[in-house]
Amino acid sequence: MKILTTVKRVTDPDMKVKIKPDQSGIITDGVEYRMNSFDEYGVEEAIRLKELHGGEVIVVSVGPAEATKEIRTALAMGADRGILVETNAELDSDAVARVLAEVVRRETPDIIVIGKQAVDSDRNQTGQLLASYLDLPQATFAYSLEVADGWAVVGREVDGGTSTKRVKLPAIITADLRLNEPRYASLPGIMKAKRKPLDTLTPADLGVDIAPKVRVLRYEAPEERAAGEIVGSVDELIDRLRNKAKVI
Amino acid sequence: MANVLVVAEHLDGKLRKVTLPTITFAQQAAAVTGGQVYVLVLGSGVDAAVEEVSRYGAAKVLYANSPVFSDYLAETYTPAIVKAARETGSTLVCTPSSTTGKDLLPRVAAKLDAGMVSDAIEVFESDGLKFRRPLWAGNVVTTVHVTTPNKAVTVRTTDFDAPAEGAACPVESFDAGVAPTDTAQFVSFEQVKSERPELTDANVVVAGGRGLKSGENFQMIMDLADVLGGAVGASRAAVDSGYAPNDWQIGQTGKVVAPNLYFAVAISGAIQHLAGMKGSQTIVAINTNPEAPIFQVADYGLVADAFQVVPELTQKLKQVL
Repeated sequence: MKILTTVKRVTDPDMKVKIKPDQSGIITDGVEYRMNSFDEYGVEEAIRLKELHGGEVIVVSVGPAEATKEIRTALAMGADRGILVETNAELDSDAVARVLAEVVRRETPDIIVIGKQAVDSDRNQTGQLLASYLDLPQATFAYSLEVADGWAVVGREVDGGTSTKRVKLPAIITADLRLNEPRYASLPGIMKAKRKPLDTLTPADLGVDIAPKVRVLRYEAPEERAAGEIVGSVDELIDRLRNKAKVI
Repeated sequence: MANVLVVAEHLDGKLRKVTLPTITFAQQAAAVTGGQVYVLVLGSGVDAAVEEVSRYGAAKVLYANSPVFSDYLAETYTPAIVKAARETGSTLVCTPSSTTGKDLLPRVAAKLDAGMVSDAIEVFESDGLKFRRPLWAGNVVTTVHVTTPNKAVTVRTTDFDAPAEGAACPVESFDAGVAPTDTAQFVSFEQVKSERPELTDANVVVAGGRGLKSGENFQMIMDLADVLGGAVGASRAAVDSGYAPNDWQIGQTGKVVAPNLYFAVAISGAIQHLAGMKGSQTIVAINTNPEAPIFQVADYGLVADAFQVVPELTQKLKQVL
């Protein structure tokens, strides 16, 4: 089975984001980067599928040259080869999906497993856009995945509970939390990853125009909440809620 | 024509409330584009939902009552929505930012060659339509412009009120012309049944964290919620630990809530959790650790052991409410 997964290089999610004074973006000096956490679930699931069914895991990133680090991390976890579609442009999800669609057309994987959203842009669009551009079925927000007889059975986290959907392969699956526990790369894995193939392409090589359909005009910090009050007892809390906040 | 199409959501034949703030968003967008608001209801047995949604200020409600739509599938809903958008002259298609909306709308956007905005919290006129949306777990808000003639937007429903209820608008059957798909099958929906209000439209939310140490201990969270007529939520850590169902998760990757009153009980307040609740009007934090980040967003903090003060709070509220 040929399995395709993706990784995005994102700012460390536990870091405080600072915005440039001219509101044109975030301050990147001194910022640490890592693999998008949802992609860790996608990569892990791709490797587990290979371990169960055999085959090959291809890991793709669309982004700057530095994203080879995140690709190497996925290779160290157990993916077989990497593809970087290199660009420094600011991308919307649509451009990423159209680039990935072209990679999928060339690689013809049996299944595509990717993170449901990136923890920086928080858009939750790429997998669904990719499925639409390729006219393939989709199963988003997966917390469980089983593949048999050319179909995937996917448990999905949805409003009001959970749901189960079957999709015929090839299909796009997007990983939610609790799909698995991503493994750490072992030292031998890290050594091996250095020798695994990693191709670099550009969007132009793939014939994809990456001009965004959604342009960001301004970055701002949200309104801060005013400092609160520490109360000393339950009675004091009830008093504040009734007489000051007037919410009960 | 630059009309706006809202895709309604329903469950068990009833309109889901998240549809209503989405109509408000659509009305605000239509006021900028000079168009009208259409609502599309897809399903089977949707008559009650159609009747209800017709009373909230849309120009027209279109509905397709068909076995093809009896279970939601992005694969079958997408061509129907694309057709409805074209036939109604809608250049903006919007859904609530629910799991269904998030699953569905990008698929529609690609077919309409539409740029898509996720989680819009504001729409306004400034040399055309502009939108504001949060990202980086709510630590940044961007103002964005969609360059394509067609646009798709999921709406963060906690940032818009429901429209006023009024006289019913015309409703019209819509021929979606969609055949069943042979590549995707709905299997089942395991609903978490609850008598409590939905998290996303409750006036009061009581949420528990990993500090509660077990699923059984969530009983005190439920007891407090019930005294206040509220919904129950949880942090990711509590859900990951198996103390609470996934449907209760509040945060960047779970639900976003903005009730009048939010209780964070034994929740430390990771930025991913704050992203889902810091729009609440009044926030109460109960935690043994005075350094917990949750206190930085709380209006009222109580540095105490939840096991002692939550039952006490529930008892005393019973007496005064």
